[in-house]
Amino acid sequence: MLELKNISFEVNTPEQQKGILKDINLTIDERFVAITGPNGGGKSTLAKVIAGIIKPTTGRIILDGEDITDLDITERAKRGVSFAFQQPVRFKGLTVRDLITMAAGKPINVSEACSFLSEVGLCAKDYINREVNASLSGGELKRIEIAMIMARGTKLSVFDEPEAGIDLWSFGNLIQVFEKMHEKINGSIMIISHQERILNIADRIIVLAGGRVEAEGTRDEVLPHLLSGTGGVCSVLADKL
Amino acid sequence: MDSIERNLLEQVAQLHEVPEGAYNIRANGQSAARNTTANIDIVNKTDGPGIDIIIKPGTKNESVHIPVLISQTGLKETVLNDFYIGEDCDVTIVAGCGIHNCGDQASQHDGIHRFFVGKNAKVKYVERHYADGDGNGQRIMNPESVIEMAEGSWMEMETTQIKGVDSTDRKTSAKLAEKATLIVKEKIMTHGQQYARTEFTVDMDGEGSSANVVSRSVAKDTSRQEFYSRINGNAACSGHTECDAILMDKAHVTAVPEITANHIDASLIHEAAIGKIAGEQLIKLMTLGLTEQEAEEQIVNGFLK
Repeated sequence: MLELKNISFEVNTPEQQKGILKDINLTIDERFVAITGPNGGGKSTLAKVIAGIIKPTTGRIILDGEDITDLDITERAKRGVSFAFQQPVRFKGLTVRDLITMAAGKPINVSEACSFLSEVGLCAKDYINREVNASLSGGELKRIEIAMIMARGTKLSVFDEPEAGIDLWSFGNLIQVFEKMHEKINGSIMIISHQERILNIADRIIVLAGGRVEAEGTRDEVLPHLLSGTGGVCSVLADKL
Repeated sequence: MDSIERNLLEQVAQLHEVPEGAYNIRANGQSAARNTTANIDIVNKTDGPGIDIIIKPGTKNESVHIPVLISQTGLKETVLNDFYIGEDCDVTIVAGCGIHNCGDQASQHDGIHRFFVGKNAKVKYVERHYADGDGNGQRIMNPESVIEMAEGSWMEMETTQIKGVDSTDRKTSAKLAEKATLIVKEKIMTHGQQYARTEFTVDMDGEGSSANVVSRSVAKDTSRQEFYSRINGNAACSGHTECDAILMDKAHVTAVPEITANHIDASLIHEAAIGKIAGEQLIKLMTLGLTEQEAEEQIVNGFLK
């Protein structure tokens, strides 16, 4: 269970002081939680705060009763936090297999590594020894990023817009990946998304706008408001959905 | 062979014992072991230190190992080795130098390798440089390669210097005839106060020839690296040179790729990039549970793999 208590994050520049996250209080215990909301609403920042990449200005983060606010990225990862980047990172020289092995945290054989790739719709034998460099497309990188999170199999997996950069043809498969993950997962999945089909499979939807939790609830409670463009959500988001 | 020499041999030739096939092991300025085969002959030069390696035309799937080991402090030598690779050969040549210096005087090996690659011959040349020892004496290697490639020949040169060499000044020059192909893959890591300079000059003289010179390096601590790559397209040919360096600590790297087209159909590309490890690369690996130091090691090892 993840608890966020009074999380705020401010950026102070000589010109201005800007609140990116404003007093966020959330408890995430469900298997599948979707976070949605307009661009610039603080979703990615919140994900980075949870992963330890950004330190909140105020507030505490509690994972299964332990205060992890002061732990660094590595320590949080070891305690079971996984984070899939919105824009995956390229590495010259490191192969897909290297990354999957690092993600698994133990030596794994080729067939185990391949099974994670197959899950995300990549033909394993074509990819396992490829370098994770500029020769891979954005969509391929996203799938590898998701495969790494699956290889980790931790109690909390945070995905930042997994659908971004994936073509329409592959999108259906991606939904299946998450549906399957939803069935199998032992921990919680927190997924930042604008896609209705992803929101549809969420146990709970949280709408983040202007750095605040604008709405939260079950799909039936939140989705109709989102889709109709009412409920205080801006029209840009409504257009997206 | 003692344990120090065995370790050097393993580092430079990845051999645990004497290799299969033809070889010449030079240890502390002397020929320590040699084997020739029906197709590969090795003979001493009569006018100075060094050997001629003569590979008969048509020799396929054979290899030659010529490691040089130095474990005596203060030893300085210059050796000239000539490789005559006959037409239609397909061979692997493994050279390398390992210096173990526990003393206070500099140990230095300057090796000049000349390759005469016959028509349609295929050569894979692997060269590794390694040094260790806890003495104050410098470990110096200055290898020079001169390559002449006949029509339709192919050569891949893989040179690696990962550890322990205090100073190196490496020169490689090549002349390519029609349809000859040269591929160079260089990997260098320097640390401490080491200095490494590499210089490639490739003349593509023949029509349809091609060259690809790629260097990947990591410079740590206060070490310095200089990379010069000069590719001249003197005919209808294609050339590419690339230098990619990771900079760490207070190291210095200079990369100077130079391409010259002397023919209207010469197509040449150069690329050079120097930079520290991207913060997001470290963060990604840390989100997988690696510490910052472990992440750095993985990135560097992968880069030089």
